Amino acid sequence: MIVLDSVDKVFNSGKANQVHAVNNVSLTVADGEFLVIVGSNGSGKSSLLNLVAGSVLPGRGTISINNTDVTRLNDYDRSKWIARVFQNPLSGTAPDLSIIDNFRLAALRTSAKGFSVGVTTAFKNSIREKIATLGMGLENKTGQLMGTLSGGQRQALTLLMSVTDICKVLLLDEPAAALDPRSADIVMKTADNIIRDFKLTSILITHNLKDAYNYGNRIIQMSEGCIIKDIKGENKTQLTQNEIFTWFS
Amino acid sequence: MDFYLTALLQGLCFSGIALGIYISMKIFNIPDITTDGSYTLGGVVTAIMLTQHQPVYFTLPAVIISGALAGAVTGIIHTKLKINALLAGILVMTALYSVNLTLMGRSNIPLIGTHTLFDILQISTDPNNNAFWILAFFVLILAVKIGYLLKTDFGLAMRATGNSETMIRALGVNTDKMKITGLALANSLTALSGYLTTQYQGFADINMGIGIVIVSLGSVIIAETIINWLGIISTWTSLALVLCGAIVFQMVLAITLSLGVDANLLKMVTALFVLLIVSLPRLLLKHSG
Repeated sequence: MIVLDSVDKVFNSGKANQVHAVNNVSLTVADGEFLVIVGSNGSGKSSLLNLVAGSVLPGRGTISINNTDVTRLNDYDRSKWIARVFQNPLSGTAPDLSIIDNFRLAALRTSAKGFSVGVTTAFKNSIREKIATLGMGLENKTGQLMGTLSGGQRQALTLLMSVTDICKVLLLDEPAAALDPRSADIVMKTADNIIRDFKLTSILITHNLKDAYNYGNRIIQMSEGCIIKDIKGENKTQLTQNEIFTWFS
Repeated sequence: MDFYLTALLQGLCFSGIALGIYISMKIFNIPDITTDGSYTLGGVVTAIMLTQHQPVYFTLPAVIISGALAGAVTGIIHTKLKINALLAGILVMTALYSVNLTLMGRSNIPLIGTHTLFDILQISTDPNNNAFWILAFFVLILAVKIGYLLKTDFGLAMRATGNSETMIRALGVNTDKMKITGLALANSLTALSGYLTTQYQGFADINMGIGIVIVSLGSVIIAETIINWLGIISTWTSLALVLCGAIVFQMVLAITLSLGVDANLLKMVTALFVLLIVSLPRLLLKHSG
């Protein structure tokens, strides 16, 4: 469960380019909830996600994950709970490391990276099995550098990497925005499957209203740092795609 | 022939510094030039300890620690004060000049009548041959240790820190701490070169580090050119190439001198040689394209 209590974030405070990115937002994301955030550019979606992830620390308010106060924890300390997929496929993986090395690091997200060689034959085999479930034929290419793969393949692997270690919360920041329509579709479906299979609490930011309609069991709309619409459960299911479109007109 | 053996030995002495630059520049993607200072620091600490009749095996950890401290200071300035890495390195390098001079109390300490690394074993009666075996053994152990480190989980985290910072932070690594550790490691390797050179040449000098960064950069760039050219992924091969780079570099300088080039022009030749290697891939590409 993620609880944001009166969280506020101002960038460039006191300067001409001051931005009130997140304005006194209180939000509770229940366990297993799949929250979709929509909103125009500059509405504060990404800032809100970064506040949850710890890449940005709030000016005021508190943030807790599974009843632990994480308000002052950095992103690398919050990785105990949180896995992330970024908009840029380059950000979620290390291009000059092999696929298997990337997975090794992902498998250690919640623990220390020690002085022993962790990429063993057993580890390789277990990862190959996992990768095979994607059906992309990448299971025999685990020695290949991550940078040689396409954006879609990398995003799909990043999703899989997030559940290689214990994962409570999955943050998806426009994971399909940089991809072609077919890859985008595969990545979104993979994300949805993983979220269901592992019963993850997740937050998805998207500009694609079709995805906002298709995925998730709660949707909020942000504008100027505030939540202006919040629809969940049955009401989200009954929501039509056209209705979501009208929010932006 | 002796001439080339000397170059080979010098190249082996420089392997620490080449590995150090490989780690800071290639693994961490940080242009660190604390090198000039930490190399001299390694030499100075060696000379002081040995002339105080401290044993060689006791001097070694002292050198490693001193180099690590120098690197850590650069790392802290770079990460905590958000100073450009190049400037942070220049600052520490400049300050180290005074530190080194103060430690020595004068500009040069000869190792007369001291027991050095090269007196430990007598494999060959020829001192140069003997030095070769000892250096080769030392460098081999060093390379194996670094190679192993890069294969470990910690090593993977190091490599990812220089490659994709957002990713590795999301995977729970404090990148500031990692960079400080990396620069400490790189500079302790550099100090090890100072340790070897000082004992090999028999003295430590306050100016021994001037321009040394270009020597190691040259070694790494020679290696990198081959790595990119052949598309090498293996960490072990990469490290071996970096070590070869250090030796090739010294060989080229030896050949230059043997051709009768004025020794005063040696730094100029060094700079031109590095320029040539850096531009070679691009020049070849232009030619073929």
